[in-house]
Amino acid sequence: MGDAAKVREIRALIAAHKRWDLAFAMLGLLALMVGVLTFVALFGQMIIEGAPRLSWDFFTHFPSRKPDQAGILSAWVGSTLVMIVTAATAVPLGVGAGVYLEEYAPRNWMTDLIEINVTNLAGVPSIVYGLLALGLFVYQFGLGQSILTAGLTLGLLILPVVIVATREAIRGIPAAIREGAYALGASKWQTTSDHILPYSMAGIMTGVIIGMARAIGETAPVITIGALTFIAFLPAAPFTGDPPAGLFDWIMSPFTVMPIQMFNWTSRPEAAFHQNAAAAGLVLVVMTLSMNALAIYIRYRLRKNIKW
Amino acid sequence: MVATLAPEIAPVAFAAAPVPSKKSESRGLGFYYGSYQALKNINMPIYEKKVTALIGPSGCGKSTYLRCFNRMHDLYPGNRYEGDIMLYPDHTNILNPEVDPIEVRMRISMVFQKPNPFPKSVYENVAYGLRVRGERKRALLDEKVEEALRGAALWEEVKNRLDHLAFNLSGGQQQRLCIARALATDPEMLLFDEPTSALDPIATASIEQLLAELKEKVTILIVTHNMQQAARVSDYTAYMYLGELIEFDATDTIFMKPKNKQTEDYITGRFG
Repeated sequence: MGDAAKVREIRALIAAHKRWDLAFAMLGLLALMVGVLTFVALFGQMIIEGAPRLSWDFFTHFPSRKPDQAGILSAWVGSTLVMIVTAATAVPLGVGAGVYLEEYAPRNWMTDLIEINVTNLAGVPSIVYGLLALGLFVYQFGLGQSILTAGLTLGLLILPVVIVATREAIRGIPAAIREGAYALGASKWQTTSDHILPYSMAGIMTGVIIGMARAIGETAPVITIGALTFIAFLPAAPFTGDPPAGLFDWIMSPFTVMPIQMFNWTSRPEAAFHQNAAAAGLVLVVMTLSMNALAIYIRYRLRKNIKW
Repeated sequence: MVATLAPEIAPVAFAAAPVPSKKSESRGLGFYYGSYQALKNINMPIYEKKVTALIGPSGCGKSTYLRCFNRMHDLYPGNRYEGDIMLYPDHTNILNPEVDPIEVRMRISMVFQKPNPFPKSVYENVAYGLRVRGERKRALLDEKVEEALRGAALWEEVKNRLDHLAFNLSGGQQQRLCIARALATDPEMLLFDEPTSALDPIATASIEQLLAELKEKVTILIVTHNMQQAARVSDYTAYMYLGELIEFDATDTIFMKPKNKQTEDYITGRFG
C-alpha cells in the first residue's frame, strides 16, 4: 500500500471517529438541556406569577383569609428556627459518626454492617421519618408538635448526608498528611482535632448546607408530625412577654414552615392565593439557592490554603 | 561484635573507636501485609550517629523495613511484625505490643518521600511535634523552632516569613521544613524514606549536605533509590532483595568489594 493511500485511510478513520464525537456531544447537550430548561421554565413561571406579590408586607404579615393581606411571616420564621434545630442536631451527630467510622472504627463485619445501614438510611422515604418522629418524639418523648420535634426529625433525615459528606471529606486528605501527624507522636484525637477536622471542614460544611437545603423544602415529615397550616403568632422571643420567656422557650412552640404555607395556599380555590403560593415558592427557591451559594463560598474560602 | 562495650562518653575516644556503638538492631525481623510476607528474618545493626543506607530494587522491602522503626504499619489493619527491633541504650524492643507506638514515634522521627507539610504556617509546622507533647510556652517554642530550622539549614530563608503558609515554599524548602519538623523534638533517630526522590538536583545536594551535618547529633537510617546517593551520604549500606537482607557492611566495602555476587551485580548496574 502506498503512503498516500495510507494517509487517506487514516484521515477517513479520524473523520468517522469525529462524527461519533459530535453525535455524543449533541446527545449529551440535549440531556443537559432537559434538566436546565425545566428548571428555568419552573423558575420563570414562579417569577411571572409570584414576583408582583413580593413586597415588604409579604414578609412581615401573618397568613390571612384575604389573599392580598396574607404574608409568610410565620412560615419563614418557622423555617429558619426549624433549620437552626436541624443543624444543631445533624452537625454534631453526623460529623461525630463520620469521624468515628473513618478514623476510629475497627475494620470488621460490624463496621461494614453499620456502613450499609447508614447508606440505606439515605434512601428511606422522608414520610417514614415523619411517622417515626410522630411515634417517638411527639408521643413517646412528649415533645409535642413543636419546632424541636421538627428540627430533630429533619436532623435525622439529613444525618446520612452529613455522615457521607464527612467521610468523603476525610478520605480526601492524603495519607501522607495523616502519617506526618502520627509520625510526630500525635495521638488519634490530636491527629483528628488538629488535622483531620480542620482540613475536611470545607467538605463537611458543604455537605451540611446541601443537607439543610434539602431539609428546608421537606413537606411530608413536617405535616406528619403535625405542623400547623395556619398560625398567626410567632414563637416567643427570649426574655419577652409576661412572664418573660426563657432563652429556649421558642423551641417548644407550634409552628409552620414555608412548604406547608405554600401547600396550604395552593389548595385554596381563589387564584389570588395561587399567586401567594408562587411568591412563597420563589422565596423558598431563593433561600435554597442562597444556601447552595453559601456552601460554594465556604468551600472556596476554606480550600484556598489547602493544595493537594 | 562487642559494640555495646564501645566507649560512649568521651567524643575523642569515640571517634577513634573502630566499631561504633549500636543505636538499634533488628533481630529476626519479619513483616507481613496480611498473608504476604514482605520482610524475612532481617538481622542488622544500626550504628549510633552514623548514616545507614538501605538500597535495593523497587519492592525489595526497604521502605517497609524503615517504617517498622516508627511502627507506621500499626496505622493500617492486617499488618503483623515478628522478631525484635531493639533500641539502645535502654534495650527497648520497639515492636513489643506493650510498647506504645506513640512512645516509639516520640523517640524516632521520620521524613517522608514527598514533602508533606501541614497546611499551616512554617512556624506551626515545626512547632507541631512540641505542641503534641503539650508544650505551651511561647518563648520555648520560639527557641526550639529557630533551632530546628537552623538545624535544617532553612532558618535564613524563612526567618522573615514564619507565619507564611508552608505550601508557599519551594519543594526543596518544604522537604527541609519537614526535616526541621522532625528535628524539633530532639529525636534519637531519624528515618528518611527516599527524601530526595521528588526534588531537583540542587535541592537534593542541599539535603545530602544536611545529612552529613545531622549525623553529628543523631542516628540516621535512609532509604534511597539512588546508589550514588547511598555512596555519597552513608557510612553503612544494606542491600536488600525480595524482603531479605543480602549484605550489610561499611559503605566503602559494599561499593568497592562486596562479598555477595547479587550485591555486586546490583551495584555495578548489571541488575536492578
